[in-house]
Amino acid sequence: MAGELVLLDFWPSPFGMRSRIALAEKGIPYEYREEDLRNKSDLLLQMNPVHKKIPVLIHNGKPVCESVIQVQYIDEVWHDKAPLIPSDPYQRAVARFWVDFIDKKIYELGSKIWKTKGEEQANAKKEFIECLKLLEGELGDKTYFGGESLGYVDVALVPFYSWFYAYEKCGDFSIEAECPKMIAWVKRCMQKESVAKSLPDQEKVYEFILQLKKVFGIE
Amino acid sequence: MKWRTILSSKTMGDDEEVKVFGMWASPYSRRVELALKLKGIPYEYIEEDLSNKSALLIQHNPVHQKIPVLVHNGKSIPESLVILEYIDETWRNNPILLSQDPYDRAMARFWAKFIDEKILSTTRKVSFTTGKEQEHAIEEVTEQLKLLENEVKGKAYFGGEGIGYVDIVANFLVFWFGNLQEALGINIFSQHKFPFIFEWIQKQLKIDMVDECRIPKDKHLTYIQTRLAAFKSASK
Repeated sequence: MAGELVLLDFWPSPFGMRSRIALAEKGIPYEYREEDLRNKSDLLLQMNPVHKKIPVLIHNGKPVCESVIQVQYIDEVWHDKAPLIPSDPYQRAVARFWVDFIDKKIYELGSKIWKTKGEEQANAKKEFIECLKLLEGELGDKTYFGGESLGYVDVALVPFYSWFYAYEKCGDFSIEAECPKMIAWVKRCMQKESVAKSLPDQEKVYEFILQLKKVFGIE
Repeated sequence: MKWRTILSSKTMGDDEEVKVFGMWASPYSRRVELALKLKGIPYEYIEEDLSNKSALLIQHNPVHQKIPVLVHNGKSIPESLVILEYIDETWRNNPILLSQDPYDRAMARFWAKFIDEKILSTTRKVSFTTGKEQEHAIEEVTEQLKLLENEVKGKAYFGGEGIGYVDIVANFLVFWFGNLQEALGINIFSQHKFPFIFEWIQKQLKIDMVDECRIPKDKHLTYIQTRLAAFKSASK
């Protein structure tokens, strides 16, 4: 069933991290290939001609694009190991809803925090914290969003933690001060090897953001 | 050829309550109704006035406060793509909307996402911009529609042999998109440019339930024109 598995990825991508975590949770071996996004490989362009983006999961030569689709695919193919998505249709719908919410809000708001200044940045920070608070509400008293073990929502959200330090430095605010429950959840996730080894160091990500700011002429 | 679904006594219990909060001109809302109709699931439809959203809608979708929302025995499910998968997983009678094969499911989800995040999103730009910006959006959506056309080329349905998830998500092409382009006075979408999609549309129109989810043309044209006029005067 494993066959040949390749992940085309880019080290700071929170989307790529989702697939890394899912594969690590299930103990599935794969080949990780780092893409240079300024010089995309022929393989990437061939495997994702529509979007030309990472991550791309290639299983026995067939590409699966889009991180949320990859995580669901991984969960369905390797369904007997560490299930991520609930089996009950309503619980599945709830999990899918929150992953959709994370996709629509977190990355875009986070990007505004490091890319902008003044009022635009202030609004982005405010909305970002509001979104994290909504997610804290959904987490409630559970250990993970998935209950006692990591689930689909945990895998979709935790990669953004590697960008929190960058957001905090650029936005001059503390996420832990505003959302302590979220950080407590993050720390529990980071104790899992599958998460810890899939996320890059926060300082490294911050340096990467500073480089991007130089390249795009953002102060 | 007319489609029939047989409502078995095991499909739906007497105590099942299904409600849809929707809006008649929304392609997202129509998708949900189409899926329920295809599976033969009776439901209560609640029309929302989007300029004056009901307290019930806000209660069932506090995060986004949008339609459509499916409420099944009191449990609320918002977001049309989430709703479609819920319908397929809860009512396992024909038509089965998503294949059992993980790769086919991944492909279907990919194209549904593409329709929503690219085609429908770019269509909004086409509607609400002018001049060069609109021209660029028109080029973009034409390219996106060409990619979608490739997916149905040589197939009876996006889903293969029978109607499926992507056919339902692509339902916006059957009535909504044509009405919109007429209201905008543009002609991106024609049989000449998109023969395979138009062939697929003809097949769709033969399905009773698709016809039941028709967006009434004149009413829709008036609605679009009113919205465009409001947008133009707001942006002055």
